[in-house]
Amino acid sequence: MSTPIISIKNLHAEVEGHKILKGFNLDINPGEIHAIMGPNGTGKSTLASVIAGKDEYEVTEGEVIFNGKNILELDPDERAAEGVFLAFQYPVEIPGVSNTNFMKAAVNNIREYHGEDPLKAKDFLKLMKEKQELVELKGRLANRSVNEGFSGGEKKRNEIFQMAMLDPKLAILDETDSGLDIDALKIVANGVNQLHTKENSFLVITHYQRLLDHIIPDFVHVMYDGKIVKTGDKNLALELEEKGYDWLK
Amino acid sequence: MGYTESDLEKDLEGKEYEYGFVSDFDTDRIENGLNEDVIRLISSKREEPEWLLEFRLKAYRHWLTMYEPDWAHVKYDKPDFQAISYYSAPKPKKELKSLDEVDPELLEMYKKLGISVDEQKRMNGIAIDVVVDSVSVATTFKKTLLEKGIIFMSFSEAVKEYPDLVQEYLGSVVPAADNYYAALNSAVFTDGSFCYIPKGVRCPMELSTYFRINEAGTGQFERTLIVADEGSYVSYLEGCTAPARDENQLHAAVVEIMVKKEAEVKYSTVQNWFPGDAEGKGGVYNFVTKRAMCEGYKSKVSWTQVETGSAVTWKYPSCVLKGDYSEGEFYSVAVTANHQMADTGSKMIHLGKNSKSVIISKGISAGVSENSYRGLVQVHKNAINSRNFSQCDSLLLGDKCGAHTFPYIEVKNKSSQVEHEATTSKIGEDQIFYCQQRGISEEKAISLIVNGYAREVLNQLPMEFAAEAQKLLAITLEGSVG
Repeated sequence: MSTPIISIKNLHAEVEGHKILKGFNLDINPGEIHAIMGPNGTGKSTLASVIAGKDEYEVTEGEVIFNGKNILELDPDERAAEGVFLAFQYPVEIPGVSNTNFMKAAVNNIREYHGEDPLKAKDFLKLMKEKQELVELKGRLANRSVNEGFSGGEKKRNEIFQMAMLDPKLAILDETDSGLDIDALKIVANGVNQLHTKENSFLVITHYQRLLDHIIPDFVHVMYDGKIVKTGDKNLALELEEKGYDWLK
Repeated sequence: MGYTESDLEKDLEGKEYEYGFVSDFDTDRIENGLNEDVIRLISSKREEPEWLLEFRLKAYRHWLTMYEPDWAHVKYDKPDFQAISYYSAPKPKKELKSLDEVDPELLEMYKKLGISVDEQKRMNGIAIDVVVDSVSVATTFKKTLLEKGIIFMSFSEAVKEYPDLVQEYLGSVVPAADNYYAALNSAVFTDGSFCYIPKGVRCPMELSTYFRINEAGTGQFERTLIVADEGSYVSYLEGCTAPARDENQLHAAVVEIMVKKEAEVKYSTVQNWFPGDAEGKGGVYNFVTKRAMCEGYKSKVSWTQVETGSAVTWKYPSCVLKGDYSEGEFYSVAVTANHQMADTGSKMIHLGKNSKSVIISKGISAGVSENSYRGLVQVHKNAINSRNFSQCDSLLLGDKCGAHTFPYIEVKNKSSQVEHEATTSKIGEDQIFYCQQRGISEEKAISLIVNGYAREVLNQLPMEFAAEAQKLLAITLEGSVG
């Protein structure tokens, strides 16, 4: 039995007085892929934001232990440096900041957090090149501003590219499949599968079973009203596709 | 790409105003106050010709009939013009053949400013005319420039050595009675820089001037005159730092640029006068008149400014586009933090046919500051087929600052085209969170986002200036969000 990479216990969180997470529990072990499904408004994206540390969410109860540390006490950038990565549902545009500069700041900040020297420019650019190929964005990123003027599909692929650059212990994919055509979906899934090792874990939030045809989860959880109401294997996703969520309420 | 993000981080550690030190050397200074005798005294101390004294006196008499402008969107205590000393000069005013003869205190000051002159001499091919308290004390590279016929020297030297040139152009772009501060400057200016580029000569190096206020309570009235003769080119850099002081210091400079047929002048400024402390105490009043005359066919001028300092800024670098096919450009980043107030922008006066102008203004406001863009685009009747494009963007940090845009557009013919775009945005929490989620700290995220926002303008600056400007933006906005 290995130690979980993340252990979420009895997590309660609210935004502007609305209770959204109501006693959420989940352990993820290294190497595992977990999927969370569920109807709109049950708190899936809130869960992702709370783990990443977005400050409009207030945690009222419970704990999140990540890699042995209570990360609820850390700033978002420290959580990122500890190895939490969130692929955003709506990636943000940063005009005038090139992807190269952005990633250089990110990579070197995280290295600094771990007491490492900044990457040499040559090594950094090599890494950029290598990881861009993974999501078939070769030569299309370096000098463009972060997400500015990107198509929906490019934005999502850029998220996976950034994930590859930062090599997190836990990657949370928040509806990364939404708005993707089938080709882009395959590129994204392929990127994730190549990055998946025995050491790192994924938490895939999705509405649709189709992503899980390409990223095969070890566990599928159904979330309803702020907590997990059912857990199964990949077949649960197929069952949900067929029956909907109503039978679980 | 010499300047990296981690350099920025290191620079951010030095939060205090970096150049807040006071040098201690003997100063030749006249009593506070302003009247005709004081002007005569300034003129005689500088051993000026009669015509220049007349120029000053005429300006002074006109100034007495004028009122300090109050239309700008700024608030401040009006300076007491009788409480200012209108002349101060570092003492050792003898002929200097080498840097060894320069007052060691002065050399020390250069070092603090990061402009060790003898290093600069060897490096980069930048010639520096250093202005300390109104008098130039060291001019380098003059010889090299002279071989090309380029004149680059202190204003007072130019008056002695090239009186005809100075007399011909002084006041030709900014008349002595142009506005309140320009009139005051014309009456009392002590020194500044003069630059002449002869016909067809491309100046081989960036000409650079560093300004510095030193003597407490001394007003600075710099006068810069640049003449680019037909078909010539020059890139001119101006940078300012001032020591931290507890009282307001007035800075009313005049820069006039004459651009002849097919000549081009690029004028870049990084302005970092002391902005006052976090409570809004102290700081420099920067009331500057800058104007270029694009006199002939295809004359071109380009103003680029990065304004981070001063308690109050009142500044509108302008272009008079007199020649057919002449071009004017204005690129600006103006940052205000804490209690700073800036009313800045540009004027593009289209007189010539097919004249063209561009205004790109990026305002950034933080703290409880007020940041205004004020611009005039005027297309005269005969300026047919002229074009202007203006873009004025404002970025707000926090919810206690102000951003304002006052565009004035006057078009007197039907064939010209004028476009104006304006946006106002706030640094999004979403943008900051996105950066943080990638491991970038909040402070660094802000500087990254702000530099991205200003990139269009920063790209116009020569390399070494761009790096300096990036640092300044970061330092100025330190602690502005959160």
